[in-house]
Amino acid sequence: MPTFVYMTRCDGCGQCVDICPSDIMHIDKTLRRAYNIEPSMCWECYSCVKACPHHAIDVRGYADFAPLGHSVRVHRDEEAGTIAWRIKFRNGKKDMELLAPITTKPWGTGIPKLADEPAPSKEMRDSELLFNEPKYVRMDGGDLHTLESNGLTLKAGVYY
Amino acid sequence: MNYKTIIEDDIDILVAGAGLGGTGAAFEARYWGKNKKIVIAEKANIDRSGAVAQGLYAINCYMGTRFGENNPEDHVRYARMDLMGMVREDLAFDMARHVDSAVHQFEEWGLPLMRDPKKGTYMREGRWQIMIHGESYKPIVAEAAKKSADKVFNRVCVTHLLMDDSKDNRVAGAVGFNVRTGNYHVFKSKTVICGAGGASNIFKPRSVGEGAGRVWYAPWSSGSAYGLMIEAGAKMTQMENRIVLARFKDGYGPVGAYFLHLKTYTQNGVGEEYESKWFPALAEMVGKEYLDTEGQHLSHKPIPTCLRNHAFISEVNAGRGPIHMVTMEAFQDPHLEEIGWHNFLGMTVGQAVLWAATDVDPKYENPELTTSEPYVMGSHATGCGAWCSGPEDVSPPEYYWGYNRMTTVEGLFGAGDAVGGTPHAFSSGSFTEGRLAAKAACKYIDDGKAEGIRVSDKQIEDLKTKIYKPLETYTVYKNEVVAGSVNPNFINPRQGLDRLQKLMDEYCGGFGVNYMTNEKLLSIGLKKLKSLEEDMEKIAASDIHELLRAWELNHRVRTSESVFQHTLFRKETRWPGYYYRGDAMKLDDKNWHVLTVSHRDRKTGEYTMEKAPLYHLVSEK
Repeated sequence: MPTFVYMTRCDGCGQCVDICPSDIMHIDKTLRRAYNIEPSMCWECYSCVKACPHHAIDVRGYADFAPLGHSVRVHRDEEAGTIAWRIKFRNGKKDMELLAPITTKPWGTGIPKLADEPAPSKEMRDSELLFNEPKYVRMDGGDLHTLESNGLTLKAGVYY
Repeated sequence: MNYKTIIEDDIDILVAGAGLGGTGAAFEARYWGKNKKIVIAEKANIDRSGAVAQGLYAINCYMGTRFGENNPEDHVRYARMDLMGMVREDLAFDMARHVDSAVHQFEEWGLPLMRDPKKGTYMREGRWQIMIHGESYKPIVAEAAKKSADKVFNRVCVTHLLMDDSKDNRVAGAVGFNVRTGNYHVFKSKTVICGAGGASNIFKPRSVGEGAGRVWYAPWSSGSAYGLMIEAGAKMTQMENRIVLARFKDGYGPVGAYFLHLKTYTQNGVGEEYESKWFPALAEMVGKEYLDTEGQHLSHKPIPTCLRNHAFISEVNAGRGPIHMVTMEAFQDPHLEEIGWHNFLGMTVGQAVLWAATDVDPKYENPELTTSEPYVMGSHATGCGAWCSGPEDVSPPEYYWGYNRMTTVEGLFGAGDAVGGTPHAFSSGSFTEGRLAAKAACKYIDDGKAEGIRVSDKQIEDLKTKIYKPLETYTVYKNEVVAGSVNPNFINPRQGLDRLQKLMDEYCGGFGVNYMTNEKLLSIGLKKLKSLEEDMEKIAASDIHELLRAWELNHRVRTSESVFQHTLFRKETRWPGYYYRGDAMKLDDKNWHVLTVSHRDRKTGEYTMEKAPLYHLVSEK
């Protein structure tokens, strides 16, 4: 379901151009507004739809299998930490609103800056541990699993 | 073509492609390399790039050891069973013992993981899957990568790896171009962690015309992981192991939550259970070790994904299609109905759009399923990718050469789709592999292995000429014809892609031939691929966007060649339901209980194939 852009809503800000993973949202040089330059490489991922500050971008099901007259709209709000969807069927019989959280913390606040963490010891470097391990593996005092700790060996051949 | 050359020098760790694997690598690298220069190059924007761009509704790889649910070896056994034995169990064990620590950090970062209100554990979808509200999964992990990286180059498409001119078979960075400015970017780096993606769109997709982008794996997954690494001379493994997905028809909406959580099930066009009747004959093909039709009910062992596909394909061929997902029972429960819809909105919005467009309300109608075109990748229920070293404390000698997740090219590491033999890593496992590669890359540098790297100006200039050649070709020949896309001197990237997809479909076992191929077909296909490769010298790009498509196609072609070579080499049908070798329809453990490993000579383009031993985890008890 390729995306398309409503002429009267787009102000050419380029947010969609900036986010599209497929590089298919471009600004038309004459009209100075965005459009989908290559619908056959659109994954209907909605990244541009969610990013548009004016809700100028919508999606119309792929012409090869989707009949006209449906709608799936979205409003993503990073501050509220939610995403809201509205799905309308072609025959008008179903009209659903669905809400989901997108984060449990104010945006970006829960992520550590590893440059500020104490440097790993030599012992840690020589071990198989990663950052925050072993603690975060099991959230208790348990160590990382090894073949030895789990009573295992690797043997070549057909063994099941 | 006066594009500027922009050189980024003295990089310690270059992350080429930052999906879940690449973001994991960039994040972790800072911890082990406090003063190291960490740079990301990504052809899109890391906030929404890679396979998780649109989000996920589940994390499919989580052990839950803290809740007493599973140990790493349980997951290895599961992956081994699902892949008909063909797994690098050292890498799989290593990923599984670390993966929970990544997931626990995701929760701390703000990713909404659903909890079971009674048990306090994470909400399980299946034995390995936990349910999440993952619309912002990618932006959240991207935030972590940004906090660690010195620089992020968004919109720079990496086309080639740079090689050391002073020491053979050692990586020295990468080059590419900015898809906005067109400028040429040179990254001189001591190590490269390849986090680029697997390949969609190399086999002809079922969708046509405008819908051609409706593929199961993202259309921007251009096989660059393989294209980059094979060109650099890295050995690859299990490239024949393409995957076919049974999914909701046309939209390719995921079925995992439907089967496991909503307890929906499949039936044929006349409302019958159809799988079990195909199993006796299938057990003859693959052997009792792989499909125990009598013991299956007692052992509750899941049936391998490919074998379930086989039953699906066989039933449709027998004229009793379509296969339906029975949703009408589960969807009477409003809570389950809501989950069913959220599942799509969280990761495959297109399926919701399709049902809205076709008035398919799964509460009152059982939707159709289909089997997809094949995909070449290494993090879902398949394990294509580079032949990498495992960890010191686990790997047997054949699997170990000093640095975890390092390919056979020195200083070149992989994560996610790039690493071969590690199926069922999914998002969390790919992120974990990135972390493992980052720690190993830092150690490689600290051990002095990256000293004295030299990149000649000639190498840089030659690659620049090569990269922009499609623009040059277009300029030179476009006016020879009046107008239009037909030109005797060149083809454009779309035309090249169409040709690739057609020949892969017909000769390498696509959906158009019911996933069937044989030695004769593969040999013809390889010949046709060779002429496509020659025509790739004459590919034309009218602008920078088309230049991106031209290089994506190059990576897809390089990937396809490897798939052909591997499929030709393995003379058996190891994964019926993924593909069939018509001239060797049985699974053959006597000769092929091995991993296939290939090497493409950088200078001659010649392939050599070898068998590598398979090690299995065996309990000492």
